Amino acid sequence: MTVAIRCRQLVKVYPGPPPVEAVRGLDLEVQTGECFGMLGPNGAGKTTTIEILEGLLKPTSGSVEVLSRSWDRDEAELRQRIGISLQETKLSEKLTVRETLVLFRSFYRQGLEPEEAIALVSLTEKSRTRVGKLSGGQKQRLALACALVGDPELLFLDEPTTGLDPQARRQVWDIIRRFRDRGRTVMLTTHYMDEAERLCDRVAIVDHGKIIAEGTPRELIQSLGGEHIIEFSLIDGNGRAPQAELQWFAQVPTVHAVREEDGQICLSVGEPHIALPALLNRLRDSGLELGSLTTRHASLEDVFVSLTGRHLRDAETNRP
Amino acid sequence: MSQESVSSSTASTRRYYPLLELVAARVREFYREPEAIFWVYGFPILMTIALGIAFANKPITQVDVVVAAGPGDREVESLLTSHDDPKFQVRILPAETAWERLRTGKTELVLVPHTAGGGFTFLYDPARAESMMARFAVNEVLQGPKRIPIEEQHMTERGSRYIDFLIPGLLGLSLMGGGMWGVGFVTVDMRIRMLLKRLLATPMRKRDFLLGLMLSRLLFMIPEVLLMLLFAWLAFGVEVRGSLLSLAFIIVLGAFTFAGIGLLVASRARTIETVSGLMNLVMLPMWLLSGIFFSSERFPAFLQPLIKALPLTPLIDTLRSTMLEGTPLIVLWPELALLALYGTLSFAIALKIFRWQ
Ligand SMILES: Nc1ncnc2c1ncn2[C@@H]1O[C@H](COP(=O)(O)OP(=O)(O)O)[C@@H](O)[C@H]1O
Ligand SMILES: [Mg+2]
Repeated sequence: MTVAIRCRQLVKVYPGPPPVEAVRGLDLEVQTGECFGMLGPNGAGKTTTIEILEGLLKPTSGSVEVLSRSWDRDEAELRQRIGISLQETKLSEKLTVRETLVLFRSFYRQGLEPEEAIALVSLTEKSRTRVGKLSGGQKQRLALACALVGDPELLFLDEPTTGLDPQARRQVWDIIRRFRDRGRTVMLTTHYMDEAERLCDRVAIVDHGKIIAEGTPRELIQSLGGEHIIEFSLIDGNGRAPQAELQWFAQVPTVHAVREEDGQICLSVGEPHIALPALLNRLRDSGLELGSLTTRHASLEDVFVSLTGRHLRDAETNRP
Repeated sequence: MSQESVSSSTASTRRYYPLLELVAARVREFYREPEAIFWVYGFPILMTIALGIAFANKPITQVDVVVAAGPGDREVESLLTSHDDPKFQVRILPAETAWERLRTGKTELVLVPHTAGGGFTFLYDPARAESMMARFAVNEVLQGPKRIPIEEQHMTERGSRYIDFLIPGLLGLSLMGGGMWGVGFVTVDMRIRMLLKRLLATPMRKRDFLLGLMLSRLLFMIPEVLLMLLFAWLAFGVEVRGSLLSLAFIIVLGAFTFAGIGLLVASRARTIETVSGLMNLVMLPMWLLSGIFFSSERFPAFLQPLIKALPLTPLIDTLRSTMLEGTPLIVLWPELALLALYGTLSFAIALKIFRWQ
């Protein structure tokens, strides 16, 4: 397998005051033909990292290699071979979809016909519509088409589905999957755990400018010890939540980890069909009553929580 | 034939011209935005009308009068020079030169002494407010107890009126304003929208992009200039004495130069407020000094080198020479070279220091 992107000890400090250490020693290797995702909360340093890899930002220190080339020496060639969609770009509202793609196509030595790129993202019917009249999802697909029109080997996408409704997100995922299935490489960032889980072959979880875990979504979830989660709350005879004995729950068979937040007790469980009856027996024996009970598959969100003690969505507010 | 091109239906054979596409995109954006059309075409015209009215109504503090050399010229000179309110700036010049100064707006009124009888002919353009005021002010001073016979001769010959003088000035003004605002705003707007950064992420050549902005400005200017010249011709009978080709050359060069300066001014600005401030700062001295409404030669001598060095001055001077006197381009080369230098230098510096994100 060849390596599409490699970076070593990447550091980016935005000059202050106060200086912001957005990326603090990040190592990364993306293989050709995989869809690689950087998952992390807002402010984790994802955009900074991907823009350094895209050659749009200079790192403070560290080395970057893209398609075995370096940005310093081979910028012109690299630009021909990669496609980029930024986190926020407002394409010209007055141009039509087709005009926008003809413009972007004209910058590349070779690539798709604009019509092909439009078909690729299912915008053929909107070909003559002005960008300003497109929905959020359609705009995002147009941005993808602009990234694809140079027929790149490697695609960079910064938060490709942020702000989109579920259906629009699925359409974007399909486009990305089809690209990957042609043997091309994708590097994307996201703060949606389901996006990372369903779309990416491998995921790096980023927090505070560092990778804190890396692997396939499956490997990451298995690292919790159990692939299932049992969540429940308790009420005592008076209808109050009693002080739970967390160690006590850890004794339940196949439970690997226990945590509590807001009165909810959360167990990482290997085999729920064994753990659940045992848990219910114990509760009955000690005279405790269940307020609520749910079981589900563990997600990358649980991985993030177990690593940082914070949730993806509100991690930013807890920044030290 | 290679394996690649046989198997791949996606291999494109069509040729693309990025510079052309960039210009086309700009032109489409522009004509699909009615507000922008107003700002680029309507605003300079409204502004010049407003400025014109403001200038026309300003109280005269100093009146430039030329007495054509002849009998009694010294007497009139001393009579007028000793007068205080308004103050007269009086010169005695040969009739031919006096006429020329009047025609090019350097003076407001010419007195031609009568060979017999001690009277005068007042020579001026009644369409010019300053000239009218000068005519009455001078008349009041001259008319002592003994009435001096006065005759009037109006400059209504085409090419010799104030309006003929004013139109090239306004043309220069709108080439400056259009170029600077037209290029400056768009650039900063694209920067704010991160569109510049997105383009930077493609293999687009930076030079093509900046050149595209300037070329599209040249295209927008064509209707603007034609409209103005046509209006001046139909409404006032303003004609072009020199060759139309020479005039077109100067106009294109001027538009190019100010598009370049606009690009330079906008090359680092991050907000619309910054770029507006900078534009005004750059244009203000030219509004005041470059001779839009009256000849810049009326400013003190020590200011002249500065005034001559401002890019709008050579533009207006060459436009005037071509339109009013039909001066051939070859004679105007130093001014045209200065303009071209400004344009090229601005473009080169802008390319170097341009902020893409
Ligand atoms: N241009 C900048 N100047 C200063 N600080 C910045 C700049 N861009 C981003 N940051 C800071 O760097 C950190 C990482 O930001 P970013 O890379 O955008 O994270 P993410 O994309 O994961 O949300 C944040 O704390 C952010 O405030
Ligand atoms: Mg981001």
